[in-house]
Amino acid sequence: MRLDKTEISLGLIALACVLFGFVSPGWLIFLLTIALAKALVVQGVVMQMRSGLVSFGQGLFYCIGGYTVGMGGQFFGIHDAIAALSLGMFVAIVVAMLLGLLLTRYREIFFAMLSLAFSMILFGILVKSQELGSTDGFNVHDWTLFGWAPEAGAGSQHTVFTMTVVSGLIVAVLIHRYTKAGIGVICEAVRENEVRVEYLGLSPRWLLYGNYVAAAAVSALGGGLTALATGHVDPEMAYWTTSGEFVFIALLGGLGHVAAPFIAAIVFSFVRTYAIEFVPHTWQMILGFTLLAVIIFLPKGLWSLVSREKTGERA
Amino acid sequence: MKNNKSKFSKYLVSGVAALALAAGAAGSASAAENGKFRVGIVTFLSGPAAGPFGVPSANAAKVLVEELNKGNLPAPYDKIGINGAEIEAVIIDEAGGATKQVEEYRNLVQRQKVDAVIGYVSSGDCLAIAPVAEELKTFTIAYDCGTPRLFADNPDAAYMFRTGLDASVDNIGAVRYLAATRPDVTRLAGIQQNYSWGQDSWADFTAAASVLMPEAEIVEEQFPKIYQGQYGAEISALSVKRPEIVHSSFWGGDMEALVLQANARGLLEDATGLLTCGEASFATYKDQAPNGMIIGARGPFGQFAPDNELNTWFEGVYQNAYDLEPVYPATKMAQAILGLKYAAENAGVADKEIPSAEQLAAAMKGATFESVSGTVEMARANGHQAMQGITYGEYHYEDGVASIKNAVSFDGECVTPPEGVAAADWIADGFPGAKCN
Repeated sequence: MRLDKTEISLGLIALACVLFGFVSPGWLIFLLTIALAKALVVQGVVMQMRSGLVSFGQGLFYCIGGYTVGMGGQFFGIHDAIAALSLGMFVAIVVAMLLGLLLTRYREIFFAMLSLAFSMILFGILVKSQELGSTDGFNVHDWTLFGWAPEAGAGSQHTVFTMTVVSGLIVAVLIHRYTKAGIGVICEAVRENEVRVEYLGLSPRWLLYGNYVAAAAVSALGGGLTALATGHVDPEMAYWTTSGEFVFIALLGGLGHVAAPFIAAIVFSFVRTYAIEFVPHTWQMILGFTLLAVIIFLPKGLWSLVSREKTGERA
Repeated sequence: MKNNKSKFSKYLVSGVAALALAAGAAGSASAAENGKFRVGIVTFLSGPAAGPFGVPSANAAKVLVEELNKGNLPAPYDKIGINGAEIEAVIIDEAGGATKQVEEYRNLVQRQKVDAVIGYVSSGDCLAIAPVAEELKTFTIAYDCGTPRLFADNPDAAYMFRTGLDASVDNIGAVRYLAATRPDVTRLAGIQQNYSWGQDSWADFTAAASVLMPEAEIVEEQFPKIYQGQYGAEISALSVKRPEIVHSSFWGGDMEALVLQANARGLLEDATGLLTCGEASFATYKDQAPNGMIIGARGPFGQFAPDNELNTWFEGVYQNAYDLEPVYPATKMAQAILGLKYAAENAGVADKEIPSAEQLAAAMKGATFESVSGTVEMARANGHQAMQGITYGEYHYEDGVASIKNAVSFDGECVTPPEGVAAADWIADGFPGAKCN
């Protein structure tokens, strides 16, 4: 397997992150864990954006991932983190395969609203399930890794962080290869002109379907990791504001590169946490202005800061 | 190739820059050792729960911290700050869901180095925070959230305390009030927001009513979704069943909308409203709520707080600062802060010294302290949960002045399940061991 420069640098950054985890304070590790886990969900949003679909309901799979990990431990005795995460991805894939049949028939705002609707249906079901704690949700604890139980506190925090970084690396490399491969490039062609893609003899619908299912799996992984890190799941994970946050981060980062969602998620988390600290009454306004500034000055997202020179060369 | 090389170096630069930024942020945080007692205050500063709960609570915290730092409180809280150390309050917003609250809680403890955290209106946030408080070994007081699961799910809690009451108490108290003042009532109805709070409240209320008011039947129940705002259909459905009492655990804007709409439609003329959180909007009803509507304050708080020296003082400074009377969330916040002060000053440390979380927890566990709501006994959940009585009364508005009439109080032992017994079991067994005045 030949690794290209991007993959090598992603690997090095991931390694640096893991090492950095050993010297940084707990709050920072937690913040990065959540940011990277959310970035995985954002990768799902971005995968679909590249083919012209904006999912306003990615929270559906984020929530499925989180709840599967939580319920696996609580009700089915699945305490192994890897097994629970895989199960979450599996459930998300099954759900996405069903919903995808319907959703891929729609485009633009219709796709966005329909994906939002399904996520809100899950929210409604969870709110009405009193066994699952309704809106209060329930705790996720006592998980293990290959039979080894990390000690509570810093130990388990580092373990989740490392798991998140490794998952992020694997997903990033896979997505990077996908976007560089022919099929990934076709995704952009679908966004630009679907009819022409059909004339090339390809089926945009099944392409979008595959994309949708893959995005669901990646998002569920992000949700599961969030559940492990936070130690709690609640239906808010499927609420439309959560899905909106993923779209926000996707726009912040841009579609330029596989690393963009990770950077955007980390920037978003830092802006938010310091906004909450310094202007507790108007932190939402800071986030709003940040997004406005990015849309006005960097319409292609934060990544255009890195790639500006490159596009200049290409032009 | 050249292109690739410059690309690679750019990644490296951006990666290093990101790490440097993070490390800088990490470094800047450790400068918190300034001899002050830092308290994290978490409550809703935005969203629908900010107006009725969060803002009054944050205001109460601000004015109380200010006065404590001047040493202006009546005895036994006349010592400056907390144990002689000046208090520094770090107020943050509770909006945004449990994941974000866990993140912000860790930031408070590990980045802002607070010595204790007081907060949380939402039960979901309380449940998510409880295990983290244990993990980070940080003294934490839940001041308002009502879920009975807080200590049921965390039976070994060592650092988590709650100075507010469990939500079961609200509804057991409400039924006791009905049984005491309106024993002939036979037709009960309810309208609740369709989420944990509403579902749990209605379950406790109906269970308690079936024991204490066996003649009464439930004629209608409605579960509109939270923040719906328009209740025309639900009010019609309730009206046609001719209930005598309409119980609701609504709060905030939903509650005010319900009262306004139900009053205009005549429902609250034929039936008496019973609002378990009704006191939070005491100042805003004016003549839009009918006289005789039963309201509660989730304990002896707000309008139902007793006439003791502390409360008179607190009402005075609050009124002075904000030109409003404190509603129950404000009283509850004051109670939590006084609880913290009590624990710190009885932790057996020298003057101006800040006790450790273990010392605070040991002093708070099972403590009995004086508060704006009277005497608080930390008498449940292994000494981690406050036990107090509850008062209900009728809202009356005459000549531009709102007041409470026919208030009836019930002792803590009368409305609180005994140690180790779940509320649902206690109610189903017919309240064994309840001591009522």
